Amino acid sequence: MEPVPSREIADMKGAAALPRKNGELVFDEAWQGRIFGMTVAMSHEACFAWREFQAHLIEEIAHAEREGESSSYYERWLTAFEQLLADKGLLDPGTLAERTREFQCGHRDDVF
Amino acid sequence: MSGAHGDHGHHHREPESVLSLRVRALESLLIEKKLVSSEAVDRIVSAYEEDIGPHNGAKVVARAWVDPAYRARLLADGTAAIEELGFGGVDLQVVENTPGVHNLVVCTLCSCYPSALIGLPPVWYKSFEYRSRAVREPRVVLREFGVELPESTEIRIWDSSAELRYLVLPERPAGTERLSQAELAALVSRDAMIGVAVVKPPAAAAR
Repeated sequence: MEPVPSREIADMKGAAALPRKNGELVFDEAWQGRIFGMTVAMSHEACFAWREFQAHLIEEIAHAEREGESSSYYERWLTAFEQLLADKGLLDPGTLAERTREFQCGHRDDVF
Repeated sequence: MSGAHGDHGHHHREPESVLSLRVRALESLLIEKKLVSSEAVDRIVSAYEEDIGPHNGAKVVARAWVDPAYRARLLADGTAAIEELGFGGVDLQVVENTPGVHNLVVCTLCSCYPSALIGLPPVWYKSFEYRSRAVREPRVVLREFGVELPESTEIRIWDSSAELRYLVLPERPAGTERLSQAELAALVSRDAMIGVAVVKPPAAAAR
């Protein structure tokens, strides 16, 4: 079955609102679409409720604004998502750091 | 850096950004833990990219601009004409803008909207302010959206309902005679199909 866009996700308001251009979602780089898709997929699988992620996202955006960070919307999304996964015990931050290094060194090049 | 991925494969000729690598690392871990599948992520991304935007409606409009027979069928029976292009699930009436007539769509009761064609409705469409003012003072509302119409232009308001949705067929901008149907579709915005914008020629759109 094709996934149907959820209003709860598509209609997020305020700072959490999805970046759009002419009504369409904008993913400036491929990784932004991937992180968006992973987050939505895991909420479909009931790993967490969308509002839990949304709360993390809003908090992370507020934090980044306070700190005057120039990070993009999806960088903040990524941080919020990692935080949520860590809070839920679904992903250990150390494991992710290690895996990222493996990709950086070219030891891994999994294709998606 | 555009053009770095000319073969659009997975062989990156330029160093990938740290963020991109981090997201790939994350995806590989979540796949190993069977928390996501790469196919599910693909399907979600394309569903949100395609279904949320006004692509389908824009295709209908572009076809009507280049194909007078289709345009006639579309205006006579919107529901049947969009089914020809594979879009359906909604009873639709298409209303055509002309030099003397501008159409504006609203749903005064709630937020009925042809989502199958132009995606999910924008927040303002659902606001009480738009729903009431579009009927009461459409010319002022249009001006706020940046659409200045001559006093002689008649404005027609179409009130959507659960049974019947409306889509505006905007006027084709001048200077687009040589554009392909796909290029024309790219000019058509969601707002133009609601009637709160006009379609601008490519040079103006790029500015």
